[in-house]
Amino acid sequence: MVFAAVFAGGIGSRMGNSDTPKQYLELGTKPVIIHTIEKFFVNDKIDEILVLCPKAWIAHTQDLIKKHLPEGKKVTVIAGGASRNGTLENAIEYIEKNYETDENTVIVTHDAVRPFLTHRIIEENVAAALEYGACDTVIPATDTIVESADGKIISSIPDRTKMYQGQTPQSFRLKELARVLSSLTEEEKAILTDACKIFSIKNKDVFMVEGEVFNIKITYPYDLKVAHTLLKGKDSDD
Amino acid sequence: MINSVYRLIAPGMIDIACTQPDIKNSVLLRPLYLSVCKADQRYYLGNRSREALKAKLPMALIHECVAKVVFDPTGSFKPGEIVVPVPNTPMDEDDIIAENYRPTSRFCSSGYDGFLRDYIDIAPDRLVRVPEGTDLRIASFAELISVSVHAISRFEKFSHKRKESVGIWGDGNVGFITALILRALYPEMKIYVFGTVYDKLAYFSFADGAYHVDHVPEGLKIDHAFECVGGEGSRFAIAQIIDLINPEGSIGLMGVSERFVDINTRMVLEKGLNLFGSSRSGVEDFQRTMDILAENPKIPAYLENLIGGVVEVRTISDIHSAFAQDISRHFGKTVIKWEK
Repeated sequence: MVFAAVFAGGIGSRMGNSDTPKQYLELGTKPVIIHTIEKFFVNDKIDEILVLCPKAWIAHTQDLIKKHLPEGKKVTVIAGGASRNGTLENAIEYIEKNYETDENTVIVTHDAVRPFLTHRIIEENVAAALEYGACDTVIPATDTIVESADGKIISSIPDRTKMYQGQTPQSFRLKELARVLSSLTEEEKAILTDACKIFSIKNKDVFMVEGEVFNIKITYPYDLKVAHTLLKGKDSDD
Repeated sequence: MINSVYRLIAPGMIDIACTQPDIKNSVLLRPLYLSVCKADQRYYLGNRSREALKAKLPMALIHECVAKVVFDPTGSFKPGEIVVPVPNTPMDEDDIIAENYRPTSRFCSSGYDGFLRDYIDIAPDRLVRVPEGTDLRIASFAELISVSVHAISRFEKFSHKRKESVGIWGDGNVGFITALILRALYPEMKIYVFGTVYDKLAYFSFADGAYHVDHVPEGLKIDHAFECVGGEGSRFAIAQIIDLINPEGSIGLMGVSERFVDINTRMVLEKGLNLFGSSRSGVEDFQRTMDILAENPKIPAYLENLIGGVVEVRTISDIHSAFAQDISRHFGKTVIKWEK
């Protein structure tokens, strides 16, 4: 089975004057999170969708799903954790409690605030997770990356041709992910917030799926403006 | 849902735009293979009037496609079914006028977005199932085949019943497909093809004769004809047809011309000829096309010769490559394998 886990845990503290978490802001005719869920909803590779959001937003999220989505696929809303790893653990726990899992069970994790992902990205994530055990969605870096140990002086400038920017989805064989996460100490869990980084540190291969430049994360008010612009134009409301 | 659409914003310039398909009522398809049409190429190169470009762009190109059903809230199709989307959408009912001739109908990649999209959102009655085992590269240009099938259906409607011979003017893709479908439907009828390029005429091995327009055998006559030339060549093709056709024959006009074409009306009148126009196709023609392909296994073998090249598209730059390859192709279709 293949599960999609949509992470909607962010409280949106960076979203300008808005108090509403950014994943619940309207983009076009629907909230951002609904656009994101729909991408997994229509994909027949995905068997069930988990939405992990702040506890206080569970009822609201369920209402939105009921309002906007047709019948046809199970969408379950559960509480996320205090950290990204905690949210990941909640997703694994839910799946293992409710389904018979095996080594071919896949979890596709995705940020609720990336509504522009494409069919190909989802398909290639599922295929890569099955083949390699783990994958990350990336695009080649266009800006030069500068590293600084103290925040003042440049320590190094890595070769840009070898640099990529991480997006989501990140996808894994579920059992392997559970094993890797449980091998971490509490201290490691606090520092290692990226599941692909955890795999990499544990010397496990993480395949790179080609992302899209427009698969943006709506983090800042500027991003929302870009997202609105992408939706404008002829027939934008069709 | 946010859908990515790849629109021509100006000749030679393609950019992403986003739309919001209605997933409660539309069938969602994932394009598998698409095929470049001459009409798309005219927009891409800017070979349309400034007014037409201003009125129709930005717009996603391509109206020939085979696709996989991804999601269908109407329950008409199962996920994974292979279908061909009909690019024409009638906006009203009419018992007399076919859907492809109604001025109110909408046509993809002519004023409305074509199929260069992440998902195609479309009404279930605009889909035709593709027979199992069909070569999907051939199914990608089912729309073009249906245009020939539509013209042949009109020929059956308008022509008299003596059908001993037919002439096809035009040695390009439309001429090839029209001649091939006629061969399958009328095995006893003599099929003669008339063109200007010997290399292309050589492909018509299934015809009873394929002649250069300047070297037509003495005394050759035909009962009916199809003009599949278009452009500046239309005038000469129609003139030669009128010369060679028997009285009361029918002439199907299929070639698009940007300019008015002179026709020898004196001889049209004297011979009592029946000229009819034929353009695009409707859902019935698509269905008949699929039936013909399923019932005539030899046709796909010939149609395979039309696959001039397959371009895998993962980026916008790949779309440009597909159009660039198509420009230099003198025969056959450029097929796009959609991996975007």
